[in-house]
Amino acid sequence: MSTWEPVIGLEIHVQLKTRTKMFCRCRVGFGAEENSQTCPVCLGFPGALPVPNRTAIEWVVKLGLALGCEIAERAVFARKNYFYPDLSKGYQISQYDLPSCVNGNMIVSLAEGQHEIGIVRAHLEEDAAKNVHVGGRTGRIGGAEYTLVDYNRGGTPLVEIVTAPDLHSAEEAKRFLQLLRQTIVELGISDAEMEKGTLRVDANVSVRPAGSEVLRTRSEIKNMNSFTHIARGIDAEVARQIEVWESGGEVEQHTYDFDVGSGALTARRTKEEADDYRYFPEPDLAPVEPPAELVDRLRFELPELPAARIARVMKKLDHDRALVLVTGGLDRLWEATVAAGADGVAASNVIANQLVASGARPGAVDPTELAKLVDARERIPRATFAEALGKIGDHGFSAEPYLAMESVSDTSELEPIVDAVIAANSAQVEQYRGGKEGLLGFFVGQVMKETKGRADPRVVNELVRARLAP
Amino acid sequence: MSAVVDTLRLTAEEALALVERGDVSPAELHAAYLDAIGERDAELHAYLRTVEYDGATSIPIALKDVISTKGLETTAGSRILEGYVPVFDATVTSRCRQAGLSVLGKTNTDEFAMGSSTENSAYGPSRNPWDPARVPGGSGGGTAAAVSAGLAPWGLGSDTGGSVKQPSALCGNVGLRPTYGTVSRYGIVAFASSLDQVGPVAKTVRDVALLYRIVSGRDPADSTTVELSEPVELPTSERLDGLRVGVPRQAVALEAIEPGVRAAFHSSLALLGELGAELDECDLPLSFDYGMPCYYLIAPAEASSNLARYDGVRYGRRSDGATYRETVERTRDDGFGDEPKRRIMLGTYALSAGYYDAYYGQAQKVRTLLVREHAAAFERFDVLATPTSPTVAFPLGDKAADPLAMYACDLLTIPSCLAGLPGLSVPCGFSEGLPVGLQLVGPQFGENALFRAGHAVERALELDLVPERLR
Ligand SMILES: [Zn+2]
Repeated sequence: MSTWEPVIGLEIHVQLKTRTKMFCRCRVGFGAEENSQTCPVCLGFPGALPVPNRTAIEWVVKLGLALGCEIAERAVFARKNYFYPDLSKGYQISQYDLPSCVNGNMIVSLAEGQHEIGIVRAHLEEDAAKNVHVGGRTGRIGGAEYTLVDYNRGGTPLVEIVTAPDLHSAEEAKRFLQLLRQTIVELGISDAEMEKGTLRVDANVSVRPAGSEVLRTRSEIKNMNSFTHIARGIDAEVARQIEVWESGGEVEQHTYDFDVGSGALTARRTKEEADDYRYFPEPDLAPVEPPAELVDRLRFELPELPAARIARVMKKLDHDRALVLVTGGLDRLWEATVAAGADGVAASNVIANQLVASGARPGAVDPTELAKLVDARERIPRATFAEALGKIGDHGFSAEPYLAMESVSDTSELEPIVDAVIAANSAQVEQYRGGKEGLLGFFVGQVMKETKGRADPRVVNELVRARLAP
Repeated sequence: MSAVVDTLRLTAEEALALVERGDVSPAELHAAYLDAIGERDAELHAYLRTVEYDGATSIPIALKDVISTKGLETTAGSRILEGYVPVFDATVTSRCRQAGLSVLGKTNTDEFAMGSSTENSAYGPSRNPWDPARVPGGSGGGTAAAVSAGLAPWGLGSDTGGSVKQPSALCGNVGLRPTYGTVSRYGIVAFASSLDQVGPVAKTVRDVALLYRIVSGRDPADSTTVELSEPVELPTSERLDGLRVGVPRQAVALEAIEPGVRAAFHSSLALLGELGAELDECDLPLSFDYGMPCYYLIAPAEASSNLARYDGVRYGRRSDGATYRETVERTRDDGFGDEPKRRIMLGTYALSAGYYDAYYGQAQKVRTLLVREHAAAFERFDVLATPTSPTVAFPLGDKAADPLAMYACDLLTIPSCLAGLPGLSVPCGFSEGLPVGLQLVGPQFGENALFRAGHAVERALELDLVPERLR
C-alpha cells in the first residue's frame, strides 16, 4: 500500500463590513426586516446602475497587500451571467480575468517548519440575495413549494480569495484559515464569522501518491460552517478518495455537502450541462484603477501581520499557544514580558488565562511589572496574585507590594493559628475523626481566612492533617 | 383655451420666450399640446400615454418610453414591462423637472429600442407625419413623429446605433446623439449599455443645444458619466469659415444610399463649402466595412445580459405557470417580441464559452480599431459629414419581415456610435417629398462644433419642416 498525499485548495468568501453595499447606498447589516435594505439598484429595476463602493475597493487592496499580492493597476468588473432567483439582475458583478489582487502567499507555521501557501487571486464581487425554500425536503429549489427571497444580503461586498492547491492536510488547511481569518479581522475589513456566513469556505480536495506531482480529479466540499467541520470534511473526503483509488476505482468530479450532524458527505446532483457564465466586461462600470499613491499609503499603513507574529512566537511556544496569543491580540504583551525576563510558557499561561480573566486591558499593562509577578507566581499567595492581576492595568501599578506578601510557610507562625481553629470547631473535629475526611478543606479554609490568604496552602494542609490525626 | 399657439411651428426657444414673457402660461402650453395630440395622434400613434399638467413652471417635453418616470408607467415598448410603474425618475427626467419642464407623455419606441421603424413596438407602430403610410424611423419614432407633427416642442430619445439620429432624419427634425458618457443613463431601460446614450430631438439646432445643456453633465448615479469639457454654446454664427469637414469616401460609396438622398447630401456639401468650410475626402475603411457586424455582436451580447432581469417576479407582466421555471418561461415567451428574442439568442451565442473569442472578443477588438480610425480622422477634420440614413422614410411593412434590410437602416449611423462619438442629424433637403438628414459627426466632446455647423446649414437652407399635409 502506497502512502497518499492530500492536495487541498480553498476558495474563501469574505463579506466586507462596509457601511453600504457594493454598488448602491443600501445599508449592510444583519437582522433588519426582510427586503427593507433594498433599492432599485440592488433589486435590479430597469435602468438602475451600479456605482462602486470606494471603501470596498480600498479594502480589497489592503487585503491583497496583507496577502503579499500584486495589486492590479487596472482591475475590471465583469458580468457573470446565470439565472437564479437570488440574482436580481440575472447576472452577478464580479471581477473575472482582471482581478484586483494576484500572486500572493501566506506563511503557515507547522511543526515541521514554515510552509508557503500560494494565493492565486483575491477579487471583489457582490453577494447574492438569500433564498428560503419552503416546503419539500431537501431545502433546495427543486421540490420546494415556494421560495422566499430576501434581497437585504443582495449586493453586499464580497472578497473571494482563491489559494493554490498547496495545502496537504486538514490540519494545515485549518491553520491557514485561522491565520487568514485573524489577518482579515485585524485589518478591520470583516468580522469573518463562519456562523454568521460572513466567512464561507469551499474546499477542493484530491489525493495523489506521495511524491507524485500530478494533480488527480478533485471534488468540491461546500456547506462547512466552522474550521473544525472543514477539517472533518476534508479528512472524510480524503479517506473516501483513498479508498476509491485503492479499490481500483476512479474518483469522479463531484460537489459534496458536508453534513454537520452525521459528518457525512452528500453528493449534489450532477448538472446535465456545464456552467457557462458568459462573462464579459461590465459596461456599466469603469475599470478599477487605484492610484499608486493610494496603494503606497495602504502598504505603509499595514500593521505587522499575524502570520509573521505567529512564526515569531512559535520560536518559544507551540502553535496552539501562539495562535491563542496572536488571535487574542496578546502576543505583543507576551513578547515584552518575556523580554523583561519572564519564562515564555509561564507568561503565556498567565496572560492567556488569568490576565484575560481579570479584565485588565493588555495595552495598559507594564510588561516589566507583569514579568515580576509571573516570576513570583509560585511564591506569593494565589489570592494576592489574583488581586495584583486585577490591578495591573491601573496607572502607575507596581508589583513590589504584592511581591512582599510572599506566602507564610513558616510552621512556627502557622501552628498557633491551626491550633486555634481546631479548638474553635470541636464539632467538625469530631466529625472528621469519625471519617468525614472531606472536612479537611474546611479547616484549611479557616486558616487561610485567619491569615488573610497569605498562608501557603500546602503547608497548612500538612499541619492540619497532622494535628487532626487521631 | 385662450392662448392660441401654433404647435406645428413653435420652437422650444420660442415657447420658452412666450412663457418667460407671460404671454402663455405653462398650463396653457401643456394643454395646447395635449389638444394637438388629441387631434392628430390617433393617426400617428406617437404617444403611448400622456400626462395632465402637473404644475411645472416651464414648457412641456416628450420622453421616449425607455426613460423612467416616477409614478408613470414605463414599458420600453414591451409587453413584459406592461404595468410597470417606476418608483424613481431617470436622471434625465429629474433634470428636466428641475428645469421646470412638464412631461407631456411617453412616446412610442421599438421594443427595448431594438429597431429602426417603431414597428417592433408591442403597442403598435407609429406613423410618419409626412406620410402616415410610412414609418417615422426608429427606435425613437414616437418622439420624432411627435416633434415633427407639433405634438411636443421637443423630446428626448435614446440612441444605441442610430435611434435618435435616424428617426430625426426621417421626420425632418434635428437630433443629437451626444458623446458617450456626457448624459446619464441612470433610469434608462438598458438595451446595450456600452452604446446607449440619451439625446435631444427638436425642430432647431439651438433647441437641441438648449436641451442638451439641461440633461448633460456628470451624474454620481452613473459612474460612466463625465463632466462636459466646455459649456454648451448656443450657436449664432451663419458662417463656417475655416471649419474642416471630412467626407468619408467609404460612406459615400455605399450602394444602399438612394439617389434622392445622395443628391440632397451632395448639395448640402456644396452649401457647406459656400458657407466657408473646407471640404476634403477622408478614409474610414474599417468603420464602414466592419461597423455593422461589430455592432450586431456587441449590442445583442449586452442586450442578452440586460434583458435577463425580466422574469415577471418583481415587476411588470407575469404569465403564471405550474412551476417557477414554467412561470419565467411563459412570462418571457409572452412578454418579449420577436426582435428581443432574436437578439437575446444572438447575444447569448456570441458570449458563449468557445465562441466568445471569435465573436464578442473579436468585435471588441474591431471596436478599438474603429475608435482609432476615427481619432486619426479628427486630427485632420473638425467634423465628418455623411447622410444620416441611406433612405427616406419607407412604407410600413416594407422591411418588417427582413431583419437584415432593417439593420441596414443604421449603416451610416453605427460606426460613430461604436466609437462613442457625437453625431447630429440636421434636415438638409427632400427626396420624393420626404425629409433627408445630414449627419455631422464630431470628435469626443465636439458637440459645440456640431451645433455651429448644423445651425449654419439650417439658417442657409431655411427649409419648411412642417409636414406638407399638416400645413
Ligand atoms: Zn440597494
